[in-house]
Amino acid sequence: MLALDVQNLRKTYANGVEALKGVSLSVEEGDFFALLGPNGAGKSTMIGIISSLVNASGGDVQVFGASVMQERSRAMGYLGLVPQEINFNQFEKPLEIVVNQAGYYGIPRKVALERAERYLKELQLWDKHDKPSRALSGGMKRRLMIARAMVNEPRLLILDEPTAGVDIEIRRSMWELIRRINEQGTTVILTTHYLEEAEELCRNIAIIDEGVIRENTSMKTLLAQLDVETFVLDLREPLADAPSLPEMEISLRDENTLEVTVSKSKSLNTLFSSLDERGINVISMRNKANRLEELFMRLVDKGEAA
Amino acid sequence: MSSSVNWIGYKTIVRKEVVRILRIWGQTVVPPAITMSLYFIIFGNLIGSRIGEMGGFDYMQFIVPGLVMMSVITNSYGNMVSSFFGAKFGHHIEELLISPLPNWVILAGYVTGALVRGLLVGAVVIVVSLFFTELEVQHPWVTLSVLVLTAIVFAMAGMVNAIFAEKFDDIAIIPTFVLTPLTYLGGVFYSISLLPEFWQKVSAFNPILYMVNGFRYGMLGTSDVSLTTAYVIIGVFGVVLGGACLYLLNTGKGMRS
Repeated sequence: MLALDVQNLRKTYANGVEALKGVSLSVEEGDFFALLGPNGAGKSTMIGIISSLVNASGGDVQVFGASVMQERSRAMGYLGLVPQEINFNQFEKPLEIVVNQAGYYGIPRKVALERAERYLKELQLWDKHDKPSRALSGGMKRRLMIARAMVNEPRLLILDEPTAGVDIEIRRSMWELIRRINEQGTTVILTTHYLEEAEELCRNIAIIDEGVIRENTSMKTLLAQLDVETFVLDLREPLADAPSLPEMEISLRDENTLEVTVSKSKSLNTLFSSLDERGINVISMRNKANRLEELFMRLVDKGEAA
Repeated sequence: MSSSVNWIGYKTIVRKEVVRILRIWGQTVVPPAITMSLYFIIFGNLIGSRIGEMGGFDYMQFIVPGLVMMSVITNSYGNMVSSFFGAKFGHHIEELLISPLPNWVILAGYVTGALVRGLLVGAVVIVVSLFFTELEVQHPWVTLSVLVLTAIVFAMAGMVNAIFAEKFDDIAIIPTFVLTPLTYLGGVFYSISLLPEFWQKVSAFNPILYMVNGFRYGMLGTSDVSLTTAYVIIGVFGVVLGGACLYLLNTGKGMRS
């Protein structure tokens, strides 16, 4: 069954800006789906329409078969949303915020209190449950929004940049939680500017730019499109000039660092033996950029050129 | 959507509103008590003792229903406009907009919250008035029904204001330039029979006159207007404002892009 079915979705704002130009997209139940795009690409507008916060100019959106336009209440009953901006009442306490949200979904208060405690504990917020939420740090506020979105145990959870401004340790623990939520059967749609996050978590992906979908495929298929990779090599001894090797682009970033672009069909052993022959010792090596980041930039640049 | 979901959602909104009213009691309950005490001291006691009787009652007794009604009107309106606009301004109205609750439940929840504040403040003003005069309610059901219906009408008017408001200045314009003059000219401090005929006719266009007098009839048994007319006017305003609120919520005016 499709968790989300978007058909020919259009949105033109009152100021004439065409944010979505006939977008079609589907997400299977149980998927972990990345929706990526540069700022202003139309991601937030699309999420706004799916969550009924933005009125569409045309097209249809169905959440588990319920049309957001025709059966809003039923469709919203399946949905949990973690928005990009902090949007809870900062004068309320975290426990009140989560329990009230459960109430809006018709969950009895007793059950809501139990669930709120469970999710606040899972997100390491329980010790703050009775403190004013305005006193929480940026990362805690983001986690509170996840707890709030989870309290109605949605079948489709949309996370709009959930880890923005969160430190790496908390980000990793949030990944674990979101992965666990997905494993328990909740379909997850993630937008993020941390592309390693999307690569790490998501199985399928859509890249949107200027209101159109540029790519919609599995993460595996997309990453396979990357035909070259660029590595950064740290050298033991300084070099005056970059060596020349067949079928490889090599440049000297500084006297101790080489940048090598290698075709994916080429074995890295060839690179190392060639360097070894020239007496160049490599002490460490890393990818210049995340693989998905490289593809993302290419797709977006292609869109701009078109 | 099942009725139990709607009922739990409604109770949640009401509870949230009541908690808010009690949490900021220094802004919601105390100011009307102080303001009305000053009205009772200055108008009722100092000036009222020189005026003598009005409508067959002590001036102090005469103004009590008007002052109670004035408090209920300003507080039910004020509660709705500040709470709903605050939710819109802080974007936490989105918690409700993405929920499965239908708009009529959202409207009912917020109106009940405003009604609770109106009645709470009304009760406080009545208690304060007992320090200055004796009261005997002549028609309890009329008193209560006019009070409740008026609070509902002004709560819905507050929601219309909050939906159209784009900045905090916009939620002060209607109370300052429309509500306060209409309330003061709505027979709170005088019987319109004291006015020249022309101004009596002008006053007949002021809906608050009917609400104040309907309530005064309930409390004292005297009124400048017929009770039936008062109920009809309140009912018409209720239906029109309720329809307007639902229409605006359904279109998402000021809330959904």
